Amino acid sequence: MSSRSAILDQIRRQLGRGPLPPEAVAALDARRPAHTRIAVGDDLVPRFIARFESRSGSVARVAGLDEVPAAVAAYQARHGLPPRAAVARPLAGLPWPDGFSHHPGPAGQSEILSVTPCLAGIAEVGSVVLPSGPDSPTSLNFVPDHHLVVLHSGQIVRHFEDVWPRVRALPGGMPRALNIVAGPSRTGDVELTLQLGAHGPRSVHVILVEAPM
Amino acid sequence: MKVSSPQFKAKVVTALADPHLRDALGQSRKGFVNGRGALVADLPEFEQLRDQARDVKNHVLANLDHYLERFEAKVTAAGGQVHWAADAEDARQIILGICRRVGAKTITKGKSMVSEEVGLNEALEAEGYQVIETDLGEYIIQLADEPPSHIIAPAIHKTRAQVAELFEAAHGGPRKTTVGELVTEARLVLRDKYFRADVGITGGNYLVAETGSSVIVTNEGNGDLTQTLARVHIVTSGIERIVPSLEDVSLFQRLLARSGTGQETETYTTFSTGPRRPGDPDGPEEYHVVLVDNGRSKMLGGKFQDMLRCIRCGACMNHCPVYGAVGGHAYGWVYPGPMGSVLTPLFVGLDSTYDLPNACTLNGRCQTVCPVRIPLPELLRELRHAQRQAGLRPAAETRALKAWRFVAERPRLYRAANRLAARALKALDSGSGRLTSLPFGQAWSGLRDLPAPEGRTFLELWQARKRP
Repeated sequence: MSSRSAILDQIRRQLGRGPLPPEAVAALDARRPAHTRIAVGDDLVPRFIARFESRSGSVARVAGLDEVPAAVAAYQARHGLPPRAAVARPLAGLPWPDGFSHHPGPAGQSEILSVTPCLAGIAEVGSVVLPSGPDSPTSLNFVPDHHLVVLHSGQIVRHFEDVWPRVRALPGGMPRALNIVAGPSRTGDVELTLQLGAHGPRSVHVILVEAPM
Repeated sequence: MKVSSPQFKAKVVTALADPHLRDALGQSRKGFVNGRGALVADLPEFEQLRDQARDVKNHVLANLDHYLERFEAKVTAAGGQVHWAADAEDARQIILGICRRVGAKTITKGKSMVSEEVGLNEALEAEGYQVIETDLGEYIIQLADEPPSHIIAPAIHKTRAQVAELFEAAHGGPRKTTVGELVTEARLVLRDKYFRADVGITGGNYLVAETGSSVIVTNEGNGDLTQTLARVHIVTSGIERIVPSLEDVSLFQRLLARSGTGQETETYTTFSTGPRRPGDPDGPEEYHVVLVDNGRSKMLGGKFQDMLRCIRCGACMNHCPVYGAVGGHAYGWVYPGPMGSVLTPLFVGLDSTYDLPNACTLNGRCQTVCPVRIPLPELLRELRHAQRQAGLRPAAETRALKAWRFVAERPRLYRAANRLAARALKALDSGSGRLTSLPFGQAWSGLRDLPAPEGRTFLELWQARKRP
């Protein structure tokens, strides 16, 4: 007997029943839980910023998408970084300045900075949601030292649960990888001392675009 | 993994005499306990969330066969493969089989307690694979050749100086002194490994039946690099880690980090659903989930089913006074603290784990903080009962309890015995108000004094006060 049927049989034996009847299966498939959501308030943008910054993430606000390249350049200048980056394809058409070299990824081992769009921001804890896809390599979210995320203020939702309808509506449904990122990589594994930049980005910077998408 | 639980008492003595360990445990207590306390105080919905989490887990366990089959169907539809492992040997063979088939040489690993449970690293290394733990804590204890001492902070017992020594020996000098330098050194060393890895193995905090996704929750990002950059991604997870839907994951996300590390959220929550898709520029070419039973299904429907709700947050050990004094290694297997004292006897047997359910004061703090309301003290008491039924408990204990019962069932005799004891103990007091040595309790008074009784029993004092 295969381990599969041995395990399933054992489960049913322990539960004192056979396989579930079709009505019970249908009821389980129809289950849509509505768990308690925590009070978040109505000021979603300030809440998102405050929560995201509380974990050493940083946020810059710009009026429109066209201002993103200038915000990226300012970030690079502030950190003394060279004018190159991995820029996810949906952002490749922005007015990048002359002398700024970019490629769509995936990220190579020495990648310093990436710029990516995102699916949503979550006000509840201040995190961004990044689905993978042909135009959004997952490595851009983890390999570079600096990860810059372009988020439209209208993309900020209240709770974790508000993301799921958007994910289910994506072409292909659940993407191969869905990353919810709440700030820079961190560890407390040596003497419980908080240290940023354990393995993932040392810095995660949200460029918050006020104009609608 | 080898079980050294029979040496519990000896290990406790060593642990209590280790000043580094005491410092480390003291630090972690402060961090985790205060962190959780502050967050919970800030969240009026917390108790309600705990009730709901308990109910969701109970619902899953009552329908576990259904949700496992749904999960499998969804993983398959996404191009991945589910493997069923009845026991540890099964799990090892499945993973070794995959590694052989894909011609693996280098294997990176994100943190997985199940892989510790089934002794995966030893099995892989015995076949000549290079296995690299990438979670910083796991990497440290891999260099030290030690098991984890905490389920979410595996190297919590190591001081910075000890880590520096291990790194110097492994990577070459010069020796680093600050935590920042040590973390950067590990980052640089491990970077290269992620990119060279053939197989990346991670655990699974949740398996989502609705979508066929495995979910990892981490702070470092090592698990994500492990599973994104390796050619093949293998997830190891217990069969009980299923949740029905994405909405259920959201519920547990509100509880996990707050309860365990005392964070509002961990940095990364990552859902993986199948291998690289057409057009994807990165991601693994193969995606496997190994569902490990290893004794879990036998816990269903019985006295210990509640333990299957555990989400491995670590809150119980963070708040346990016994764990806080002796650390994780004393427990002698993979899972320490209260949850480990329940799981270890159930997984490896009552005989070799006799001390674990007894090394508990039944103070109940673990149950007070458990996000899924597992009645841990009750389960530990149940294990003591099982020990008695298996004839494992000492005859002297049985005789003593029989004698106590004989006296307790006879109120006049009980009071007389109490009066005698109170007067005898008072007579032993040399005037300091403390007894430094007890006639029948050397083990107890060896480490602490007993305040001397005043010579009269509680009942005598009570009755004296009642009189006008």
